[in-house]
Amino acid sequence: MSGNPLLEVENLRIDLTVGDTRFPAVQDISFTIERGETFGLVGESGCGKSITSLALIGLLRHPLSIGGGKIRFDGREIQNLSPGEMRKLRGNRISMIFQEPMTALNPLSPIGRQIAEMFVLHKGASWREAERMSVEALASVRVPAPERRIKDYPHQLSGGMRQRVMIAIALACEPDLLLADEPTTALDVTVQAEILELIRDLSAARGTAVLMISHDLGLIANMCRRVGVMYAGRLVEERYADEIFQNPSHPYTSGLVASLPLLGARLKHGRQRLKEIAGVVPPVAAFPAGCRFNPRCYAATDICRGQDPGVTPLANGGLVRCHHHE
Amino acid sequence: MLTFIVRRLLQTLPIIFAVAALIFVLFSVIPGTFASSMSEDGRSVLDPEIMARMNKEFGYDDPVYVRFGKYIRQLASFDLGTSFRTRQPVISVIADRLWPTAQLAFASMVFAIVIGVPLGFIAALRSDSWVDMVSMVTAVSGLSLPKFWLGLMLMYLFALVLGWLPSFGYGDGSFRYLILPAVALGVAPMALLARTTRAAVLDIMNADFVRTARAKGMSERRVVQWHLTRNALVIVLTTIGLQFGTVIGQAVVVEKLFSWPGLGSLLVDSVTLRDIPVVQGSILVIVLLFLLINTLVDVLCAVIDPRIKYS
Ligand SMILES: Nc1ncnc2c1ncn2[C@@H]1O[C@H](COP(=O)(O)OP(=O)(O)OP(=O)(O)O)[C@@H](O)[C@H]1O
Ligand code: SF4
Ligand SMILES: [Mg+2]
Repeated sequence: MSGNPLLEVENLRIDLTVGDTRFPAVQDISFTIERGETFGLVGESGCGKSITSLALIGLLRHPLSIGGGKIRFDGREIQNLSPGEMRKLRGNRISMIFQEPMTALNPLSPIGRQIAEMFVLHKGASWREAERMSVEALASVRVPAPERRIKDYPHQLSGGMRQRVMIAIALACEPDLLLADEPTTALDVTVQAEILELIRDLSAARGTAVLMISHDLGLIANMCRRVGVMYAGRLVEERYADEIFQNPSHPYTSGLVASLPLLGARLKHGRQRLKEIAGVVPPVAAFPAGCRFNPRCYAATDICRGQDPGVTPLANGGLVRCHHHE
Repeated sequence: MLTFIVRRLLQTLPIIFAVAALIFVLFSVIPGTFASSMSEDGRSVLDPEIMARMNKEFGYDDPVYVRFGKYIRQLASFDLGTSFRTRQPVISVIADRLWPTAQLAFASMVFAIVIGVPLGFIAALRSDSWVDMVSMVTAVSGLSLPKFWLGLMLMYLFALVLGWLPSFGYGDGSFRYLILPAVALGVAPMALLARTTRAAVLDIMNADFVRTARAKGMSERRVVQWHLTRNALVIVLTTIGLQFGTVIGQAVVVEKLFSWPGLGSLLVDSVTLRDIPVVQGSILVIVLLFLLINTLVDVLCAVIDPRIKYS
């Protein structure tokens, strides 16, 4: 059972259907997450991080759909599972935290009930048992006075508290894999650190693997052992986090690293928003020919404009997708 | 909860006062009096002396502000005055008509809710299917049919051609008499409810918390049962409340058409006769009904949605 990695993504492609045309919003994505490992996915807004994670948990909805590739979870291909089979995994063995804690909880339902649903759905608990279990779950995410808090409605909680509730829900059934899609982007800086620490502690204690998604390379480097850098629907570099900082191979990664404040300063100030590399991520329907980064790349040459760079393996199991990598 | 209800009721007081004042002003400025209307339609010719006496008796000789003061004092003691025509207290004239109108409005809303809400729900859950198409075409045409024409067509089909139902009147007050006017009145709110429900459900289907529910591993059925219905209900209830008011207002046309002895036909008759106290009283009671129903709906919404109590 534990011979194979927890998650293997192979040449994943996600199509965006507009009328009769399918555009590859995400293409040739391959990465592996080991049991208990925290893997980072970083990139600017619109490069396809969220839809990649939604694909992993089977929640893509029209106009997006999986266009090809394989997702192997615990040795089993899950990209074509029936909805019923997928539901048994979802929430139970793979769960997800979203970016927006303000809207991710049902406003009309007490939070205790929203946590309890997990135990009723996946553990066959009665509502009464489930309520008791939800108090424990709330305590485990360090919410004070959980027996009283379970009766609260989401609007009575702060953003940080709501995100704790989301984490309690996501970890309720002790999943093997947690997808955390920008879990702290919408929160105050001080709260961010607490939430990240919580995710790190709980996943370490339970051996939960985490796919941590952010546009903040500093945050990713703090949390993760290995990092995948995404640009315009492609993985352009994958390395150990410390290597990426010391000598990024891809010009896009170099840009991300260069736009970060110095290491010491970063530790002091915590998270910092990436300074933009000149230009923006192109929309899905307008990816340029050749290397998708070429309009913004300082190292671009003719070959970059004409030919799509393939993947080059690097030492230590790293990968880069660039004609002129360092 | 109790404080919410009390606060909500107190909020209606200024509205009631404003409406009372508006009604009073309106009927002080329109030309014609009860006495003049009696001679206008040629039923009888009154000599000026009698007219003057009638006007004096009904208090038309007093200046406007004196009459307004009197009127408000009366209202405060729940006295709506005396009908010019029947010399009965307005309150008892209205009381006789209240029940048929309540019956009609209630029946038409039940019709609208029972058909419109499920129709909208199904249309949303099967959006872009033929079910959706058919129900929305029905809804749009239901909204655009004139009530008068629709009433006539129903009468023609079910009373004259098929002979299933009585064509008009209150009869012995039994259900059979209620059906046609209630349907004529209920089609428009039914259509509107179907559309609102569909839009609300579609909106909520794309909400973040519904995505969370799916990510928890819930089946679509569970998502609908546990997370969608209550959220949609708040929007649907609000629409129901507003439509109730519209229905009571539009009952005037339908009551007249079906000779239904309700507030609506009382209002029309009293306006023609310039029986001002009855007109004022009827409008006031209609407004009160509207406020009452909307307060009720607000309270229900607050029961469902914990956020409302606090805002
Ligand atoms: N429902 C949708 N319909 C059409 N296009 C979509 C949809 N969802 C995502 N996209 C497109 O797919 C691309 C990738 O989107 P995605 O949300 O994965 O980006 P992201 O990397 O998560 O960005 P962010 O940091 O803003 O969350 C974007 O170009 C976006 O416009
Ligand atoms: S392939 Fe060329 S354009 Fe693309 S990143 Fe490398 S150098 Fe830049
Ligand atoms: Mg995103």
